[in-house]
Amino acid sequence: MNTSTVTRADLTDAVYRELGLSRTESAHLVESIIEHIISALLREENVKIAGFGTFMLRDKSERIGRNPKTGNEVPITSRRVLVFKPSLVLKDRVNTALTGE
Amino acid sequence: MLKSELIDQMAEENPHLSRNDMERVVVTFFETISQTLESGARVELRGFGAFSPRYRKPRIGRNPRTGGTVHVPEKYVPFFRTGKDLRDRINATRD
Repeated sequence: MNTSTVTRADLTDAVYRELGLSRTESAHLVESIIEHIISALLREENVKIAGFGTFMLRDKSERIGRNPKTGNEVPITSRRVLVFKPSLVLKDRVNTALTGE
Repeated sequence: MLKSELIDQMAEENPHLSRNDMERVVVTFFETISQTLESGARVELRGFGAFSPRYRKPRIGRNPRTGGTVHVPEKYVPFFRTGKDLRDRINATRD
């Protein structure tokens, strides 16, 4: 199993190899994709990438949490969070590849 | 925002590239992340978040319609953890 973490540099490399643009421009395009996704989310728009998954905002109401070390009850305040719902295609690809079935 | 809209916006900002090239850029981006997860590795994007495959233990599930028990085998699922920076920015959109 490959365990080395992939970063922006690797994604830049993949774009560079696929399109043959300069590395600088490839890096700029990778950054731009991330920025566009973040901007849409901050405009409170969900981001749906077919074949990959959906990034969506969810409002969570306040709930009681517990400090796992001390067992003390602590309130977890209401908040807005980002959740990623992987597409069926991606779920299937990852599971098939990793369970070897 | 849909993938096609992301491609449109980026193509507009980069008029020296064709829309078809921009589509390849965007597809390569997500395909590389998908392939990394298939290999068992994680993808870390500072300021955004990290994708990783997560192991789920086998468990006894229930068919909600019949109430019968079903064996759910172990599996791996794609998981995304939002980066701290973005988590704070997202939460701030409430006010």
